[in-house]
Amino acid sequence: MANVRSLLKTFFLAELLVGMSVTLRQMFARKITIRYPEEKAPQSPRFRGLHALRRYPNGQERCIACKLCEAVCPALAITIDSDVAEDGTRRTTRYDIDLFKCIYCGFCEEACPVDAIVETRIHEYHMENRGENIMTKDKLLAVGERYEAMIAADKAADARYR
Amino acid sequence: MDTLSGFWMTVDPTLQSVLVTTAQVVAVMLAVVILVAFLTLAERKVIGYMQLRMGPNRISIFGLPFLRGVAQPFADVIKLLLKEVLVPANADRKLFLLAPLLVLVPALAAWAVIPLSPEFVLADINAGLLFVLALTSLGVYGVILAGWAANSKYAFLGAMRSAAQMVAYEIAMGFALVGVLMASGSLNLGDIVRAQQGGALAWNWFWLFPLFVVYFISGVAETNRAPFDVAEGESEIVAGFHVEYSGAAFATLFALPEYANIILIATLAALMFLGGWLSPFEGYPLVGDGLLAQPGFHWLFFKVGLLLFVFLWIRATFPRYRYDQIMRLGWKVLIPVTLVWIAVEGVMVWFKIGPWAD
Repeated sequence: MANVRSLLKTFFLAELLVGMSVTLRQMFARKITIRYPEEKAPQSPRFRGLHALRRYPNGQERCIACKLCEAVCPALAITIDSDVAEDGTRRTTRYDIDLFKCIYCGFCEEACPVDAIVETRIHEYHMENRGENIMTKDKLLAVGERYEAMIAADKAADARYR
Repeated sequence: MDTLSGFWMTVDPTLQSVLVTTAQVVAVMLAVVILVAFLTLAERKVIGYMQLRMGPNRISIFGLPFLRGVAQPFADVIKLLLKEVLVPANADRKLFLLAPLLVLVPALAAWAVIPLSPEFVLADINAGLLFVLALTSLGVYGVILAGWAANSKYAFLGAMRSAAQMVAYEIAMGFALVGVLMASGSLNLGDIVRAQQGGALAWNWFWLFPLFVVYFISGVAETNRAPFDVAEGESEIVAGFHVEYSGAAFATLFALPEYANIILIATLAALMFLGGWLSPFEGYPLVGDGLLAQPGFHWLFFKVGLLLFVFLWIRATFPRYRYDQIMRLGWKVLIPVTLVWIAVEGVMVWFKIGPWAD
């Protein structure tokens, strides 16, 4: 009997029709596409995008060249050289992040004792020439200065979970 | 206008008919090509919607918001025509460039015998169905040659699969059509439609339902569409027989015939099983005598559109068959089913049961 039933089911394409009814119903369901440049998906304050180096409100660089980020970086994307600055503090002379090597894991941000290196929400950037993938210290500081308000707000929002 | 018609009168009658036929041929070809263009758009839209996506929704005409995505096929065509046609170094150059034509020509030539309305058919020949069968089976040569000439193992594998599959399903398709011939007693497509007069239940699909289903399934397999698209099988043999083709050779000579063949199969199914241009409400007094009850091109267009939608719907729903399963389905299921139903139909004709009672 079960055999006959399964044979009939096969011959009347029962399972196929069930499948087709599913796709037909989905056709009239609400579409979940986000029309990207006009609409954007919501971002968390923890979003890990383009890197930035921050300064203190008095303009002093936060980074103290402890090289913890360089050490923790699993992709070896960070290169740091340091020297004694004019005021006698320890500062970086070179702070490069290779964006092609970076895997945006956020370990550098976690390792940093002074919240100097951070990953911002910026994810819409591109490069057109070879070499532009290296974020030098100047470029990182420029990003930090430009987006300091956003970075500070994101840090504040996330502070109670850290 | 007068001078124009006066000039027309002076033209030799033979030349007149040649000119008129040429114009008709060009018109039908253009209509098919434009329909193909929009079928590709419809396919992406329908499959997109069924997968909760939106499909192409960027390129519009004159920036009109409600036409978003409508111009997508034209953008695709322009892109493909501007691309380089690459001939692989080890390919057989002549065959490589000839093969697409061998696919394209039968796909378009078959439209000659398709009656589009009660009055209009390019060539009203009595062996129309045989002509269509002959031409559609010619298409497989183009596929085999394309796979062979490209001198690539994937193309060759795709061509082999495609050839075996098309040959297998040709038989089931042919048997399904034998049933139609028994029902209508003619090979002329116009007469086949005229034999179905009398409303939706008098059409062939009702008494020949198994044959209709078999015909449609073999049609999907014949055109190498999902779920029978192992000839392309992008997950296993990259893109099958047309893997080495690019640019215009790919666009106009593989994409075009594939979709032209889909439209052809859908049109044939509409003509032979769904009463072609006949109205489903024929003889129903409630509908009145308006456009709904009148036979005409609009009904054929509607039916073909419906069948094309089913083609896309099937593609959006079913995963690809395994190759041996395709062969099993073709030889061990569809052909026996058609044979049995032809026998049943023969008995019905013999004892004058159903539509054959007179």
